[in-house]
Amino acid sequence: MGSRASSLLREEDIEEIKKETGFSHSQITRLYSRFHSLDKGENGALSREDFQRIPELAINPLGDRIINAFFPEGEDQVNFRGFMRTLAHFRPVEDNEKNKDGATGEPLNSRTNKLLFAFRLYDLDRDDKISRDELLQVLRMMVGVNISDEQLGSIADRTIQEADTNGDMCISFNEFTKVLEKVDVEQKMSIRFLH
Amino acid sequence: MSVQQMKWSTMESYLFPFDSLICMLLGISFTVWFTLLLVFIIVPAILGVSFGIRRLYMKSLIKLFEWATLRMERGAKEKNQHLYKPYSNGIIAKEPMSLEQEIQEMRREGAEPEFDMSDIFYFCRRGVESIVDDEVTKRFTAEELESWNLLTRSNYNFHHISTRLTALWGAGVLIRYGFLLPLRVTLAFTGVGLLVVLSSIIGLFPSGRIKNYVSDKVHLIENKPRNGGICVANHTSPIDVIILASDGCYAMVGQVHGGLMGVIQRAMVKACPHIWFERSEVKDRHLVAKRLSDHVADESKLPILIFPEGTCINNTSVMMFKKGSFEIGCTVYPVAIKYDPRFGDAFWNSSKFGMVNYLLHMMSSWAIVCSVWYLPPMSRREDEDAVQFANRVKAAIARKGGLADLLWDGGLKRDKVKEVFKEEQQKLYSKVLVGSSEDRSRS
Repeated sequence: MGSRASSLLREEDIEEIKKETGFSHSQITRLYSRFHSLDKGENGALSREDFQRIPELAINPLGDRIINAFFPEGEDQVNFRGFMRTLAHFRPVEDNEKNKDGATGEPLNSRTNKLLFAFRLYDLDRDDKISRDELLQVLRMMVGVNISDEQLGSIADRTIQEADTNGDMCISFNEFTKVLEKVDVEQKMSIRFLH
Repeated sequence: MSVQQMKWSTMESYLFPFDSLICMLLGISFTVWFTLLLVFIIVPAILGVSFGIRRLYMKSLIKLFEWATLRMERGAKEKNQHLYKPYSNGIIAKEPMSLEQEIQEMRREGAEPEFDMSDIFYFCRRGVESIVDDEVTKRFTAEELESWNLLTRSNYNFHHISTRLTALWGAGVLIRYGFLLPLRVTLAFTGVGLLVVLSSIIGLFPSGRIKNYVSDKVHLIENKPRNGGICVANHTSPIDVIILASDGCYAMVGQVHGGLMGVIQRAMVKACPHIWFERSEVKDRHLVAKRLSDHVADESKLPILIFPEGTCINNTSVMMFKKGSFEIGCTVYPVAIKYDPRFGDAFWNSSKFGMVNYLLHMMSSWAIVCSVWYLPPMSRREDEDAVQFANRVKAAIARKGGLADLLWDGGLKRDKVKEVFKEEQQKLYSKVLVGSSEDRSRS
């Protein structure tokens, strides 16, 4: 039924989100309308069930991990600000970026922040290291029942061997970044938002 | 006491003439109303004559809507604010590349074609894309309109309405609720009443049973469904049935309802043989299939009307057709139905609105305008099974009606998606991994 919700979003909020994320005014109102249509409980926040109701996301092998990425540590609800902050990671990188993010001093959609987002999909316990177990878990999610444990184990070992430079059998964020040096992260982790 | 009685009688004699005057006026206005109704709407409808009022009405409405939108845009610009633009062409631009293609592209050049930590990017991006804009959930809510049609229910920009526009909107409300709504309610009651009475008397379908100011442009009449066939159409609202029925006789298939619907169903059965199922029977597919094929085999019986999607979709797409009706093996006559959403949205969001609410909305819209296309009949080919046949029919309907052709199940409106689809994705990815390591061991 369209979005009367667009009138529930105040101009000041829109300006703040614009500064923080870099989305344009019309993109923010449209994404708010989308947020509102996902929010079946109409309480201004999304829960994990709201996300899981999207069929295309439910069949994504990494669906649960992605949903997790939207929720801050230990919380069950994400409000519109949090929603936009996470989506901002997927904005395409432009040359004249001026907006800043508090933590790293860089815009939310910088290469580093995109890599950090992907790193956190692997690193479930947030200890800034991808252990062999964590890697195996993600691999198992992606392949389902189609590959044996041994084969998967050897794939994981090989990957860690290639990436690990300081010999601790874990992949740190720096090692992760180094391994993906040549990958066009900016393009692969960007979504083309229409104006 | 006698004085009081006299006082009362004098008062009464004063009121009495007014009383009878009001009665007379009411009586006259009712008679006039009904005569007009009969003369201008019901009789021409039965005979199939048109006065051309509808076309004029529609044209003037469209001009009005465009003017209204322009005013809103101007108003917004003056205040230097932004207008909400509906995302009819999507919030994002998606790339329709398959899993294999994308992952091959992502492999670093010269590296071993095996698991790479960057593989995760593909799933990640697709996942977030589906969060922002997915193909399925938006089909179960009413379509958003480009230009405002003076109905509160489809307005997204409250604060941009000028006084002139508000006045216009007020006039619209008066017309719709004061004139159109009572008109249609009367029509509805008359129509349903006629249906119940007449169908019990005559064995004919009264084709004048129109619940709304329906203006349908019917195309390709030479392909009208014939006896011994099945007519399939995309489903948007209960009005679909009425629209098709007003243009030909069908045997309907559906679940037995209670209440008013039940009365109508029973009345209809007296006129033509319909197939109404008990809910418990619906689950037994063989029984259903048998009854359908028996009906179809009998050449004297009317063509069956089925909506294979199984639920109401918002008329921007066609969702998966259930294969039951395509297994029977007779000719299928596809029909595409497309509503023009500018005049009133016909979609019934059954999880949000009940039947009464829905009918109120329908009757207080400007008009329900729909286009009906009768497509050439199709039969199942030797080399295809029921599912492929169903998909072929669905594609033809989607193409003609200008709707998106989706493989998703309409049942996703209420149910969760099956695990099977996730497993398919996982299998695809495993093939990429394992397949490439096989190449590796070969080389």
